[in-house]
This record gives sequence, structure tokens and C-alpha cells, in this order.
Amino acid sequence: MTNTTRRSERSQPTGPPPQEAPSPSESGQRWRVVSARGARRADVLSRVRTGTALAAGRLATSASRSLRLGSGGIIGGRVALALQPDLLTRLVVDKRIVVITGTNGKTTTTHMVAQALRAGGASVSNATGANMLDGHVAALMAEPRAPYAALEVDELHLAQLTDRFQPSVILLLNLSRDQLDRVGEIRSVEASLRRALRQAPGARVVANADDPNIVSVAADHPHVTWVSGGCRWKHDALNCPRCGAFLGELDEAWECVCGLRRPNADWKVDVGGLTAPDGTSERLSLPLPGQVNRVNATFALAATTALDIPRTEALDHIRRLRDASGRYEHTSMAGHDVRLLLAKNPASWLEMLDLVAENDRPLILVVNSRQADGHDVSWLWDIEFERLVGRNVVVTGERALDLAVRLRYAEVKCEIATNVQRALHSVTIGSSADSVEIIANYTAFRDLFAKRQQH
Amino acid sequence: MIEDSAIRIALVVPDLLGTYGDRGNALVLAQRLRWRGYRAEIVTVLSSAETLPDSCDIYLLGGGEDVAQQAAVNFLARGDALRRAVDAGAVVFGVCGGLQVLGTSFTTGDGATQHGLGLIDISTAPGPNRAIGELSTRSEEDGLGLLTGFENHLGRSTVGPAARPLGRVLHGIGNGSEDTEGAVSGRVVCTYLHGPALARNPALADTMLSWAVGESLPELAPFPELTELRTERARAAG
Repeated sequence: MTNTTRRSERSQPTGPPPQEAPSPSESGQRWRVVSARGARRADVLSRVRTGTALAAGRLATSASRSLRLGSGGIIGGRVALALQPDLLTRLVVDKRIVVITGTNGKTTTTHMVAQALRAGGASVSNATGANMLDGHVAALMAEPRAPYAALEVDELHLAQLTDRFQPSVILLLNLSRDQLDRVGEIRSVEASLRRALRQAPGARVVANADDPNIVSVAADHPHVTWVSGGCRWKHDALNCPRCGAFLGELDEAWECVCGLRRPNADWKVDVGGLTAPDGTSERLSLPLPGQVNRVNATFALAATTALDIPRTEALDHIRRLRDASGRYEHTSMAGHDVRLLLAKNPASWLEMLDLVAENDRPLILVVNSRQADGHDVSWLWDIEFERLVGRNVVVTGERALDLAVRLRYAEVKCEIATNVQRALHSVTIGSSADSVEIIANYTAFRDLFAKRQQH
Repeated sequence: MIEDSAIRIALVVPDLLGTYGDRGNALVLAQRLRWRGYRAEIVTVLSSAETLPDSCDIYLLGGGEDVAQQAAVNFLARGDALRRAVDAGAVVFGVCGGLQVLGTSFTTGDGATQHGLGLIDISTAPGPNRAIGELSTRSEEDGLGLLTGFENHLGRSTVGPAARPLGRVLHGIGNGSEDTEGAVSGRVVCTYLHGPALARNPALADTMLSWAVGESLPELAPFPELTELRTERARAAG
């Protein structure tokens, strides 16, 4: 399978060039199509422009890094894109690209895919979470000759990507409520993803067979590999995403009156391990905890298998992963051993509460409500915090008070701290010699991770 | 005090109307009853149920997407249990999509106008853009005062003569007509405030609870994090 650049196939438009809608990317980048007249001259200029754009982008990246403004990923991509709007389609030529999207597990799975791809050759990835066009360009720029790339893509941006090129593999992990005031409701995300797949008929799609929203996205695609690892959060899949009919508690073989039904899984994974499409089984013990990561790893293996990379080698690489951009990382803060966990919506909180239920360590819960988190924190009431009754809990973050009120109604005692440092020195935590679990939502986690890296 | 029979709180089709943490309103009501020594039971009625029971004391409807909202109307119109419950004195609280479902009619984003349940005189049509953000209002209803929440809706609603607004908008959009927010008529209350509304506004929760219980309720000791949260959110609304 090769990646074809759709834009270059359209170099002879018959009418006036279509006006493309402005990209909603955070960079505010506008895209345009080169007109037919003077196309050849434009092409030469464009190649020169690509070289200049890459050089300028790299310069911006290293400047940003040396000024300690950050990893430089997004700014480098943004600068390069401003100089050569068509850069992405040029960077993906001759590369086999796996794109990863879904509400939860994108970054971790992208890390796993990038690791697993290394069993087949060099790979690049944007596993830092810079998951829009500028982040993709930055990742691809870093090592233009790598034969493989693993790209994490924001759910609403997959259609933008498949409008520009055909990925080799598309991973569709799951879809549930998240940042409703930014992303909108699930139905619109589902429709956008379905449109994205229609634009990529040549890709191999690896999709979650247990998530009806994902089944609806992928069911009509000609090349789907289905993965089954269970569905913990069911509240966004009680009704058919296509017709609204009640599906109920999902079991092995749900089928809607409209015809949408659970497909047979090609890959299955549970606590015992995984079963591959060829019927072989394998224990799946990973440094990363929980069923959630067994599922992520199975998706990564399904992707690399589609690219003919031997499973054993791919799995060896995945097993080397001990954290994913700080997620699940064990570290030391204020004299405590802490584990950093990311939870940003009801589905991922459910997974993380499952993980911390395996011990009785004290907990620090951190919730912010910036733009990247969503300003609305009503979703805190979708989470069964009642499970934390009897635990030592400290809450902090911009929305510590919302958390405290939620916990009050759940009859979970908690202490409120002004920040994570203070939380680590609080009465609840300070006297304890135990390890501490920190569960933080998106920007809260990002800030913690950035602080960690400065040490 | 009714010691032997529990106050029954119906969480109405949360599979269709429950997008914005709406289940929280049921948790708040049940807990505020229990803390006062009442028994409370949350009755979750999914859209797969035969019909809605008409014997509950409080009915809660949350927010949902257009298609889900229409499916909720179809379910609730069947058998007319909610109207019978209202006639018998039940309390009904609708938030966001729930407001539109309880009203007389609503026009969805695709331009189709649907009948609501007509349990309160409010009608809804799409606005020029989605109203998203912190919303604060002042209510003239007994003891309510400042109400805050988060709004996220396209619809703009007009309160008809048979109902009165729940509050006047201090900051945000609300109904989007004449500074009104939500509506009240008898024991039917609806609003665009979520957060959830009853977690953020305990006086509103207690007002509806006293209607359901049929007597005024003893004060609960206020808890400081809630008082602080209300101050913080009123400030955030501007």
C-alpha cells in the first residue's frame, strides 16, 4: 500500500480552483489550491518553497527549544506550513503512515505504534500530543527519510488529513463524551469521522468492534480489521448512533433494528491475553497497567501486522514502553513516590478509577477547565466517585471546588489544596509514607508533566 | 415527615437526555433528602421501558442531541404518564433539551418544527449561534435569588403567557429573549442552566424538594465548598 497525495491528483482542475474552507486548526492556517495556469512553474517554485519552509521550520523548532519555550514541535510546523501550505502532502510521499484517533488512548497508542513500527525501520511520531496539522508537519519534518510514521490525530481533524493524503492504516479507538463545549456532541464527531473514512478508501481501518459509535463510523469501509477488548463506559452507546433505537447493555452480539450490528472481532483481548486473526494466542503482560493498555497494544499490533511487521518483534518493542508522555509514569515529587495518571472525561476517569481501585494509596485529583479541557465540568457528575469512599483524597486545580462539591455528595471526605505541591504537603498526604496516585485532567496533567521534565 | 415511603425521583430517559452530567441533579436531590432523614429512591427509566411510571414524586429530564430529543418526545407522549403525574402534583425539572421537550414546540437545527409535550408554555427556535458559557441569573421566585450554571445550546426560547421566567439573565444568553431564563409554571420548572443546576444552586433543589415532600424542610448546614463555589462561579460569569 502506498500513500497517494490527493492534491497532486487534482493538478488539472477544469473550472476555477475550489475555495477551500479555512482550516479550524489552532494555527488559523488557510489552505489553497494551486491553479492550473502556470502549474509547472508553480511546481518548481513550490519545491524551492518546500525546501525553504523545512529549513525555516527547523530553525523555529531549534530556536524555540534553545529559548526553552517548549519542545518546539508546533511552532516549527506552523512556520513551515505558513511558507508552504502544501507541505504535509509532500512530506508523506513514500511513507507508510498510521494515524490514530479516538476520544481516549490516542497518545499512548501512538507511542506504542511508533515503538512497534521501529521493528520495521525508523519511525517518527507526534506522540507529544500535538495532534493537528502543524503538529503532524513538525513530526514528519523531524526525520523526513523515516519509512514509517505514527500520527495522533484529533477526532475532528481526521477528515482534514484524509482530504490531503491516504494513510496506510487508520486506528479508530473509541468515541465518548468529551469537551462538549469545544468538540460538540458525539453525533457530529461520528459524522465527521465517517466522512474522513470515505476519503480514504485505500486505507486499512483498524476499529473497535465493541463501541457502537466506532462501528457506525467504520462499518461501510471496504477494509476493516475489528478489535474487541470490551467497552467499560457504556453511557454514550446505549442508543444506536445511526437511528437512535435503544441498544441496551451491550453484549457480545448486539444488533440494531436499522441493521447496524456488532461485527465479528478479528483481534480479541482480555486479561488472559490476545487472540490474533490467525487464531494464535499470546499472553500480554505490559509495563503499562490495565485492560485499557492491553487494548491499546492490540490496536498497535493490528496496525503493524497490516504493514507486515512480525508480531513478536513489534510486541517486543511495545513492551519497552514504561510511560507515554508521562501517562502512568512513576516519579518522585516532594519526597513521595507518585504515579501520574491522565483522566479527562467520564470514560477515561472510569478506567483510571479501576486502576487506583487496585490499591489504597492516597489520591490527588486535579481538574482544570481551560479551552483544551472544555470550560464545562458538568461531566464530573457522570463519574462514580462514590467508589472512593474511605480513601484519603486531596483535590486541587482550577475546579477544585466543583470536585469538592461532587465528592461531598458522594460522601467522600476530601481536603482542598491550592496546587499539587501544596497537596503533596497537605495533612492528608504529608504524613503518609505511601506512594501517591495523582489523577489529573488534560491541561493539569500537561502542566505536571512539563514541571517534571524541568527537573 | 413521611417516614415509611420513599420520595421517588425519576431520572427520565438518561440514555437520550443525559449528555451534560444531568444525572447529578438526581444525586443531589436524593442526598439532600437523605441528609434530612427522608428516604429517597432514584428510579432510572431508560427509553427501552414500556412506559414512564406515573407514580414518582419528581421527574428529571436532561439535555440531548436533536435526534435523541425527538425520540424522547415520542417515548414520553406514549401513554401520557408525565401529564398524569403533573396533574397529580408531581414536580418536573427539565434542563436544556429537557426544557425544549417539556415546552409547546421546538424547531431543531435542520429546520423541522416538532411538538413538545406542552407541559409548560415555552417554545424554542434555533438562534444565530450556540450559546456556550457561564450563565448567571437572578430569580424572583421565593428564596431562589442568584442562580448560576453553564449553558450550551442553539435554541432560543420564548416564555408564553401561561408561564413565567425562572430568572432574569445577569450574564450569558439564557432563553435569548427579553433577558429571560428558563420558565416556571406550577411545579414544572425548566432552565438552560447545567453544571448540574441543582449542584450549583441548592436553594432551587430545596424548593422542589419541599414541593415533593409537601412541607417546608429543615435547613441543612451549608457546606463551605459549595458557598465558595457559588461565589467563584458568579465571578466567573462576570
